[in-house]
Amino acid sequence: MCLAIPGRIKSIENQYDGLVRMAKVQFGGIVKEASLEMVPQAKEGDYVLVHVGVAISVVDEAEAQKTFQYLAEIGELDDLVDSSQIDRY
Amino acid sequence: MKYLSEYRDPELVEQYVTELHKTVTRPWTIMEVCGGQTHSLVKNGILNMLPEAVQMVHGPGCPVCVTPLHLIDKAVYLAEKKGVILCSFGDMLRVPGSKRSLLEAKANGADVRILYSPLEAVKLAQAHPDREIVFFAVGFETTAPANALSVLHAHRLGLKNYSILASHVLVPPAIEAVINDKEAKIEGFLAAGHVCTIMGIDEYYPIADKYDVPVVVTGFEPVDLLQGILMTVRQLEQGKHFLDNQYSRVVKPEGNPEARRVIEQVFKVTDREWRGIGMIPMSGYEVRKEFADYDANVKFNVHIEKVAENIECIAGQVLKGIKKPHECPQFGKKCTPQTPLGAPMVSSEGACAAYYHFAKAMEEEIIF
Ligand code: SF4
Repeated sequence: MCLAIPGRIKSIENQYDGLVRMAKVQFGGIVKEASLEMVPQAKEGDYVLVHVGVAISVVDEAEAQKTFQYLAEIGELDDLVDSSQIDRY
Repeated sequence: MKYLSEYRDPELVEQYVTELHKTVTRPWTIMEVCGGQTHSLVKNGILNMLPEAVQMVHGPGCPVCVTPLHLIDKAVYLAEKKGVILCSFGDMLRVPGSKRSLLEAKANGADVRILYSPLEAVKLAQAHPDREIVFFAVGFETTAPANALSVLHAHRLGLKNYSILASHVLVPPAIEAVINDKEAKIEGFLAAGHVCTIMGIDEYYPIADKYDVPVVVTGFEPVDLLQGILMTVRQLEQGKHFLDNQYSRVVKPEGNPEARRVIEQVFKVTDREWRGIGMIPMSGYEVRKEFADYDANVKFNVHIEKVAENIECIAGQVLKGIKKPHECPQFGKKCTPQTPLGAPMVSSEGACAAYYHFAKAMEEEIIF
């Protein structure tokens, strides 16, 4: 659970009366929502390291792709996949 | 299970391994503090590539492993309370409590849910105004901003039915506790890259100085780890001890100021009990009084008696790097991931589980 997974910001929207910047982040074939509050400079198309639903830093594309590929190869993306099957509310 | 040669950068890996063999002239004991790094070292077979003189021991950096037993019991108690939905990260569910785990509570009918993010728990609270949503918020500094944000989001939304049961721990005091333990003889430390992504690296200068130990901030991929180990061994061989940053492509010296601001807003540093290790002064976070409405400890005011740990489990010694998992008499016998006696056999970041899965995958050919 300590992993931070790199993904690409697909789109950004303001939630909670415009106070909170949330993004749809693409991790390979999976898209998940992440908060951009810790990375105010991040914009659409940027790559961010996401940890439990919060982007914690902006990384360059080459670094993001290398790391993502590594995590995929050793099967460390379960956190993302599992959560798409969690009890939905 | 894949072998390292199938990964990218096998040449780089080879280079670092060769360089390490050339550099080392005497035995050294180095601890990687972060459980994610333990997992990576074991899973990628790095432990077996290192010169025999370089011993890696595994540290307390597994949040699931160090969450005290009575807090697990408290989470189970809350989960079984009428009207409560108890949520946490997946790994927390299987950790044995003194009577049962959260997973067993779920099987008995408690509403326990695995979430990817605490922010999802806030949405759950919004969707179920008639229920109490409690997020069992475990983690190191890396996870603290997300848990803090969930409180801020709930506050902004004016939600009255959201709270967190915080079990937050901090790396630097844990390193000091390990150094000060007479039985643990660690000569250098790899500090956790993602923790420093948030906190920056300043906290580690005084540790390297005060205790004369090299501290190298390191990433978690095979090449990162090998490079971090090499940087540590070089310092040791030269009789030096300073703070170095292997992971500078991600970790900025100042960390992430936004994240630190959010942590500071919601949490304050407090004494914390670490499972298997005991009380470490100023080693964790608690929710500030201003946000007491979101603190499950205050909101539900439950008192759970402390109970003794299973005496067969030597997790404390494993977490302080005194013993390795396979040196535990129960390892792979009474204690397996299916029947864990202690938390380090549960979490994928726990050293016992890492050793167990690896030994199985290699058909036990491996000598640790
Ligand atoms: S192998 Fe099991 S019993 Fe032994 S220290 Fe690890 S978790 Fe505890």
